[in-house]
Amino acid sequence: MIAQQAYLESFDWTSWDLLFLVAKVVLIFGVLLVSVMLMVWFERKVVSDMQNRIGPNVAGPWGILQTLADGIKLFFKEDLTPDGADRFVFKLAPYLSLIPAFLMFAIVPVAGDFSDGKDGSVSWFGQDLFLQFVDPPMGILLFLAMSGLGIYGVMLAGWASGSKYPLLGSVRASAQMVSYEAALGLSLAAVFLSSGSLSTNQIVQSQTDGPFFIGGWNVFGLGFIPFVIFLIAATAELNRPPFDLVEAEQELVGGFHTEYSSLRFSLFFLAEFMNVVTMSAIMVTLFFGGPHGPVLTDTGGWAWGLLWFFLKVLVFLFTFVWFRATLPRLRYDQLMDLGWKILIPLALGWFLLLGALRVAEIEGWNRLVVVAVGLAGIFLGGLLLTGAIRNARLTRAESEILEYG
Amino acid sequence: MTIADKPSTTDAPIAQESSGFVGTDDRVRSRDSAVLRMSEAEVGELSLDPTHELGESKMLINMGPSHPSTHGVLRLMLELEGETVLRSKPVIGYLHTGMEKTGEQLTYLQGCTNVTRMDYASPLFTELAFSLAVESLLDMDIPERATWIRMMMCELNRMASHLLFMATNGMDLGAVSMMIYGWREREPLLRFFEKVTGLRMNHNYIRPGGVAADLPDGWQDDLVEYLDAVEERLEEYDILMTGQPIWRERLQGVGVLNEAECLALGVTGPLLRASGSSWDLRRDMPYLVYDQVDFDVLVGSYGDSFDRYAIRLNEIRESMRIVRQCIERMPSGDYRAQDKKVTPPPRARIDESMEALIHHFKIFTEGYKVPAGEAYAAVESPRGELGVYIVSDGSSTPYRMHVRAPSFVNLQALPHLMENGLLADAVAVISSVDPIMGEVDR
Repeated sequence: MIAQQAYLESFDWTSWDLLFLVAKVVLIFGVLLVSVMLMVWFERKVVSDMQNRIGPNVAGPWGILQTLADGIKLFFKEDLTPDGADRFVFKLAPYLSLIPAFLMFAIVPVAGDFSDGKDGSVSWFGQDLFLQFVDPPMGILLFLAMSGLGIYGVMLAGWASGSKYPLLGSVRASAQMVSYEAALGLSLAAVFLSSGSLSTNQIVQSQTDGPFFIGGWNVFGLGFIPFVIFLIAATAELNRPPFDLVEAEQELVGGFHTEYSSLRFSLFFLAEFMNVVTMSAIMVTLFFGGPHGPVLTDTGGWAWGLLWFFLKVLVFLFTFVWFRATLPRLRYDQLMDLGWKILIPLALGWFLLLGALRVAEIEGWNRLVVVAVGLAGIFLGGLLLTGAIRNARLTRAESEILEYG
Repeated sequence: MTIADKPSTTDAPIAQESSGFVGTDDRVRSRDSAVLRMSEAEVGELSLDPTHELGESKMLINMGPSHPSTHGVLRLMLELEGETVLRSKPVIGYLHTGMEKTGEQLTYLQGCTNVTRMDYASPLFTELAFSLAVESLLDMDIPERATWIRMMMCELNRMASHLLFMATNGMDLGAVSMMIYGWREREPLLRFFEKVTGLRMNHNYIRPGGVAADLPDGWQDDLVEYLDAVEERLEEYDILMTGQPIWRERLQGVGVLNEAECLALGVTGPLLRASGSSWDLRRDMPYLVYDQVDFDVLVGSYGDSFDRYAIRLNEIRESMRIVRQCIERMPSGDYRAQDKKVTPPPRARIDESMEALIHHFKIFTEGYKVPAGEAYAAVESPRGELGVYIVSDGSSTPYRMHVRAPSFVNLQALPHLMENGLLADAVAVISSVDPIMGEVDR
């Protein structure tokens, strides 16, 4: 934090600092675009392996350039705007979805040496740098804000198309993404509690001390539940299967992007896959220690960080693809039930438990007793909630019988 | 039309035992049922008018004929409130090519080529029903081996059709891998069909008088190998789908039809059996030699989409049982009846005998005359009771041919199955009815 503040205070707009800033922007932009290209290829290859088929294998070695070829094809397609569309919003929507996807990556520390309490900064060309674009003090809130903003792209695209299937898609999108945002935020709160900071750099640093390198990672420290909730909510937030109701090809044809063609369609596509990459990176940062890992050489420790970061992200990318190949899609009401009746109460209960543990630490209470009481409380709360839901269902059924006979 | 306008059912008992069937069919018999009784033109006009008479909260939406999950060219007009389907109307005819009418121009020998194109997912069954009807008009006896070959090929075809259902049902519910797995298991079957009949689909294999060709050498080994492999694959399906919580959530309690409603609508096949009615033509009105093989008729208890899925999955296993029995007990003998009036001479004879050549030529140009009369033959196709009704005026072409296509009849249950479900349920329901549009439109 101090290093970062010092960096901000000493920032010189006329010197190398600016050049580095621009270089970082260009680098992140390029890396993200290429990563999307590879991600699409990776997804198609992995899915085809799981489905006993070959997948793309013509464009480039192992079909690796397939996405590029598809992109070029889309670029030359005719761009259609439906008659009933709200032309301005229709054209605005793809950018609303793409730009937040780019911005989200800005706060992710992609490399750096975090071993032995180091803060992950490197000294290049006489400059002290963090290997992330920015590290604002409210860091992770930027991520929440951007993912919230990304919803507007999807929502407005469906609404502005002036067509029925996209409209249904965008109604689904707004309900789904808004409600899962809540679960996402609540599971993040647990991370804030343990790290005591919103800055991504600080969050990574707070995960570095523990046994066997991985002992300090939040995924263990917070007891898995926040991570699982975050993973489920993130999948829903990304519109990835099994939560891809917004697109649901079999139901809504293409959902919000049914009426889009050419480059505008590819922008949505780009944003979606970029979000997958970014969300995986955020998950690694929050729960798996980001670039933290064993540094096996004396110099160039930042490169090891890059390697660990890349491998961890790859695991999540694979997980998302795995979900897609395995799971059937949920129905709209089931999705809402999962979000509001399970994920949000559980995230809240777990957050309270972690809070109680924190208090216990300060007050010197017996931890085991606190955990036992806390779990009992969560269990009791769960029972009460189930009872309330069942009661509500019965009341509704009764009122329907009274009303309709 | 909302639920409020429906006749009150509070005083009616939920299960009406007097009819002898489980449940009551009031729901489907009522005029105010789930069927959207409007013409396409009316719906077209209303859906363009935002202030239509249905009210602001309702939307008329058109699903199909080109929609990813309408199984070809089925078109549905849906009245939606939010995502809830209130009323719907299936619109058919987009694949209509007048096959029944064409059948009147074709000789009985050519007839199979025509009818095999109706249900393209299980072509052998239409061929079989057609052949059985013609044979009953001709009053022919079929060699035992031909009968067993027919039965075995039909059961293999039932497996292929149900595997295709597994694929499309998985696809419609978003389990995309299942689509490929279903096709993967169906593929060796199609290859086997190609080996036996020369074609992967539209075989024209079962013909009046027997089958077109004998089974190739080594067919037993091919089949045993395949059956052993597919048995394991079906276990995988159980893991991937049957036991999968999301899968169960999506299908259980969706699209429920009770026994009385099924019978009122004339629904047959897995849909009827799912509702608890144990009706299978193979057992209840045996044709071919189904009375000599051992198999179970599977019955569901809830009449929902999950039961229909489970019945089809396990019918694959039952078909495998029958096929295994066929492999063991396949009798030797001729593969077609040696009736000079109906069966063409063998290919080899044509090279050496002028009479054989003339005989061959006459049979294929003029066909053979079938005594005047009418006949109906029904078989249990993968989709239900498939019947062919033929009226003959004594010439070599049918005077009238009608096909009782199970897909066509089952399709009229769609509005009732979809009623008050969500749009996603509508997709699951279409999939679980498993209509083949070629058969619907004929």
